[in-house]
Amino acid sequence: MTVLVGQLFTGVSIGAVLLLIALGLSLTFGQMGVINMAHGEFIMAGAYTVYVLQGAIAGAGVSLLVALPVAFLVAGALGAALEYLLIRRLYARPLDTLLVTWGVSLILQQLARDIFGAPNVQTRAPDWLTGNVPVFGDLTLSTNRLFILGLAILAVAGLTLVLRLTPLGRRIRAVVQNRDLAEVSGIPTGRVDRLTFFIGSGLAGVAGVALTLLGPIGPTMGTNLIIDAFLVVVVGGIGTLKGGVIVAFVLGTLQSLVEYTTTLSVAKVVVFVAIVGFLQWRPQGLFTLRTRSLA
Amino acid sequence: MLADHGRRRTALALVLATTLALAGCGSKTGQNASAVGASVDTSGDAVKVGLLNSLSGTMAISEVTVRDAILLAVEEINAAGGVLGKKIEPISEDGASDWPTFAEKAEKLIKENAVAAVFGCWTSASRKAVKPVFEENKSLLFYPVQYEGLEQSPYIFYTGATTNQQIVPGLDYLKSQGKTSVYLVGSDYVFPRTANKIIKAYAEANGMKVLGEDYAPLGSTEFGTIVNKVKAAKAAAVFNTLNGDSNVAFFKEYKSAGLTAAGTPVVSVSIAEEEVKSIGTQYLADQLTAWNYYQTTPGAANQKFVAAYKAKYGADKPTSDPMEAAYVSVHLWKAMVEKAGSFEVEKVKAAADGVTYDAPEGLVTVDGATQHIHKTARIGKVGPDGLITEVWNSGAPLKPDPYLKGYPWATGLS
Repeated sequence: MTVLVGQLFTGVSIGAVLLLIALGLSLTFGQMGVINMAHGEFIMAGAYTVYVLQGAIAGAGVSLLVALPVAFLVAGALGAALEYLLIRRLYARPLDTLLVTWGVSLILQQLARDIFGAPNVQTRAPDWLTGNVPVFGDLTLSTNRLFILGLAILAVAGLTLVLRLTPLGRRIRAVVQNRDLAEVSGIPTGRVDRLTFFIGSGLAGVAGVALTLLGPIGPTMGTNLIIDAFLVVVVGGIGTLKGGVIVAFVLGTLQSLVEYTTTLSVAKVVVFVAIVGFLQWRPQGLFTLRTRSLA
Repeated sequence: MLADHGRRRTALALVLATTLALAGCGSKTGQNASAVGASVDTSGDAVKVGLLNSLSGTMAISEVTVRDAILLAVEEINAAGGVLGKKIEPISEDGASDWPTFAEKAEKLIKENAVAAVFGCWTSASRKAVKPVFEENKSLLFYPVQYEGLEQSPYIFYTGATTNQQIVPGLDYLKSQGKTSVYLVGSDYVFPRTANKIIKAYAEANGMKVLGEDYAPLGSTEFGTIVNKVKAAKAAAVFNTLNGDSNVAFFKEYKSAGLTAAGTPVVSVSIAEEEVKSIGTQYLADQLTAWNYYQTTPGAANQKFVAAYKAKYGADKPTSDPMEAAYVSVHLWKAMVEKAGSFEVEKVKAAADGVTYDAPEGLVTVDGATQHIHKTARIGKVGPDGLITEVWNSGAPLKPDPYLKGYPWATGLS
């Protein structure tokens, strides 16, 4: 029983990590249709933000909390710059976008290597994020994973609110559903695109901050995450948030439960087979966006 | 229509994912033309040696430090007048973390540059790739990294630890601390799997229980479940053969699960000073490592080595076991050549037995029969300053035993 609950929690927290790294992508890829291979490097930028801030601010806890908004701005600015300089010129050419953003991701990796050195760097986590909370019996929930779960929930809630309730959110949705009609209604689609990209990339930065609590911080950390992020968005359904949310948690739980009785490699295989099977059945993903657009 | 778009995008993303996954696998194959034996170029007033390390790719982080240590040794020898009156001219080649490339570059060094010996390789996969090249060309390789044993090539000198100089002492130490059960965690490739086979045989013969065995793919950073399993098994200790980035994620998870070095110590065989720096002492404090050398190892020879390394490459650069073994390998080769009075491979090999060098780790002696070296095993504890301090050593250098012939429990392993 303890084991089962413990594994369910591990699964949910794997899901929370998946969700955080995929959330930004669900905006840029899901809503805008841009295949951004540099998304993983925006995550990396967020992680290095923590490293840099810890050099400037003494307290590990304070610097981590300050890093959340700063990483959002840093990664967001990188994303907006990428959109403005390159991607907006390539909107009708998805394959070119793929290659260009891949090139950008390599450049960013090399940049990180030049600035911070090729070996991984370490950050300090505050004490309250390296312990755990006893629940019952032997079962403990680690505080860093609880923190990441909370962060993921906050990010989804925040993004949902922005998309539903703010004028910017309405414009983003309008552009996604019918770009031409939005444009003739007086919405500056170019600016909306840039803002969407800013938010999506910024969320990647936030994910990077969270990942410093779990794994290595190095120039290539992003490449390990990008495939998972794309899978979540694709399986969840292009253009919807709730699909990605459900899929992230289902995949996380599936992986942790299978892994407990087998091995990590087998669990990965099971997850991939499940995804391939699912996409055979529903190639459009879990949810689809219904519009009257002809595009 | 939109569904169509979605489908196309889905397909695109999947193609992309596959491409990325495949990009990791090299596809070139090394071909070795058979040769009768390489000639060493001893014309001129310099003798060439080859340096074969990954200067790019995933292994570069570790292998560049080994290359640096080799160059330091070459510089010292040249400053002292060279070998047999000739200066050493190092020729560095990049193995690029790609095993077939290692084989190609080895062949190039032997045939085109006619080097007297080659120093380098890190992973067992790269060593296995170049082994036939050195054997066919009858040329020498000095391999400086601890490895899984069960190998003895007539053209390779192994200056890192074999299993009876690292893993077995690590287990002996756990046993002496009254640990009666272990959990095995490792990366999924040849070294951890072979090491764990040896550990299981040892455990069975020594009344130790192996409570579980888990492997993570190289580069994996999700250790929630594995740590849950370790915790549920209530093992007395963990034997860790993880490599690279996985260690960072593993130790972060280990600490947040409430497992401590005092309650359930982890013995690691792939974490040296350089790795401690990138994982963080916050997570590693008081955990154990098994090696033959630490930066803190006492002795004048080590003080000189550490000072020279830091002077050349920077005060913040730590020295580690593989670097030391690489540095020692060049000095041992020099001693062998001088004893043989010749650069010729067969004469150097014949002179190897009994050659000694006052290494940073202490006096090391070449064992001619196995072409490994006698090394002192050392168990260390990670300190708050990121350096590792010795808590136990084997007292005297241990005779290398790559096939574990001196251990009755190990029959049937090789």
